[in-house]
Amino acid sequence: MIDLSPLWLSCRLALIVTILLFVISIPLAYWLAYSKFKLKTVAEVIITLPLVLPPSVLGFYLLIAFSPANTFGKFIDTYFNLRLVFTFTGLVVASVIYSLPFMVNPMVAGFKNLPGSLKEASFTLGKSKFTTLIKILLPNIRASLLTGIVMTFAHTIGEFGIVLMVGGSIPKETRVVSIAVYDEVESMNYHNANVYALILFVFTFLILLGVHLINNKKQATTLL
Amino acid sequence: MIQFRAYKILNTTQGKMPLDVSFTLEHGQLISLFGKSGAGKTTILRILAGLTNADESFIEVDNEIWDDTKKKLHLSAQTRSIGFVFQDYALFPNLTVKENVQFALQKKSDRKIVPELLELMELEQLQNNKPINLSGGQQQRVALARAIARQPKILLLDEPLSALDDEMRFKLQDYIFKAHLHYKLTTILVSHHLPEIFRLSDNVIILDKGKIIKQGKPLDVFTEQKMSSKFNVTGEIIDITKNDIVYIVSVLSMNNIIKIIATADEINNLKVGQKVLVTSKVFNPMIQVM
Repeated sequence: MIDLSPLWLSCRLALIVTILLFVISIPLAYWLAYSKFKLKTVAEVIITLPLVLPPSVLGFYLLIAFSPANTFGKFIDTYFNLRLVFTFTGLVVASVIYSLPFMVNPMVAGFKNLPGSLKEASFTLGKSKFTTLIKILLPNIRASLLTGIVMTFAHTIGEFGIVLMVGGSIPKETRVVSIAVYDEVESMNYHNANVYALILFVFTFLILLGVHLINNKKQATTLL
Repeated sequence: MIQFRAYKILNTTQGKMPLDVSFTLEHGQLISLFGKSGAGKTTILRILAGLTNADESFIEVDNEIWDDTKKKLHLSAQTRSIGFVFQDYALFPNLTVKENVQFALQKKSDRKIVPELLELMELEQLQNNKPINLSGGQQQRVALARAIARQPKILLLDEPLSALDDEMRFKLQDYIFKAHLHYKLTTILVSHHLPEIFRLSDNVIILDKGKIIKQGKPLDVFTEQKMSSKFNVTGEIIDITKNDIVYIVSVLSMNNIIKIIATADEINNLKVGQKVLVTSKVFNPMIQVM
């Protein structure tokens, strides 16, 4: 009987990371889209780094940082009783950092594509920045939000390098499905690897198909 | 009474240009800002609305200071009592016509103004439609209704009719005028369209390169000519055609096309799309009831 816990673990990880990133990315994307702060470009580069950096490099740095033998790891271990190396919490933190551009970038593009006059019109109608964000800006970048959510979810499900570096392969704790496929191949269990791989393949295909169908439908109604 | 004074260096296509403007408005007036693109008209509206900061400014509306750079006083756009109709209307695509107008209501405002405005702008039948399903003229009316729903002291209109055809323009001028009178607004209209300025405004301010070059009643400002003329019409050149040794210049004034003969020298400074004043002093204009 094939162990289903890696599938469940991957879904749980992707769901938690997506929710956390959604909340974190809204203010961050708003700031990136509208702020005139001079050092904004540096922040943009840092956020985009995970897109180009090999996951093993980022994973390596996070492993070093999270290690209780080093300052940051020791600090959170002592004061928050939190261990981030080879734990599920560690996976969540690492994935949040790694998948950040997949949520933030579509949101920034969404905000930038909106006519500036929408925000200004809301201000001239006496509405605060917060009300404008919730009632006007976010509802009008729904397609970008959906893209961000799906890309983050799918990307977290598909993570390998960073998960392996930070989490290792502890069953029911950090052995997510992409790691499980690798493990099964290593142990020559091609049948199990096949099942995991196929489930992952079909699952991600369906998610992306869904997004494209929704976005195409939206475009069609906009053109009408 | 509204007092406005602003100084700001603008970055234009021709380089840096100082905007240095000062004017006073009486309550209930409808004034137009007229001038070439890049003269600073929209910037004046934006400074007044609090959407753009001037380098130096002083704005006082009914004894309330909105801007005073010397005292570092600056009211945010949210706290200024203004209604702004943007050139692109800026209707919220996610809200229906009615919701767009309702969005302008403040906590203490009277909600009855929404149906009243929908009726005044003849939008009742369209109130549950999304802006995307409306024509340009209908969108313009929604934008106007939404800007007025807040019951502002000042209504700012940034070329609201520029994207519409002449017939629609004419109709919508009526809506603007009706709303201006009904809600006793002080209105500032940015316009390129001379007939519109003549029809709607009490006063006009002509801007050129960031400075006010003329202001007063439209008739006085636009018809101040060196020669004495008996008959003046304003219009837009829509065609210049060569006919033997002369040129025929067609000028569209309201819905009439006037054809004028001009020599090669005379058309030197003329081009299609220009706003012109046609004057005639040799005949007696006749007036007939239509």
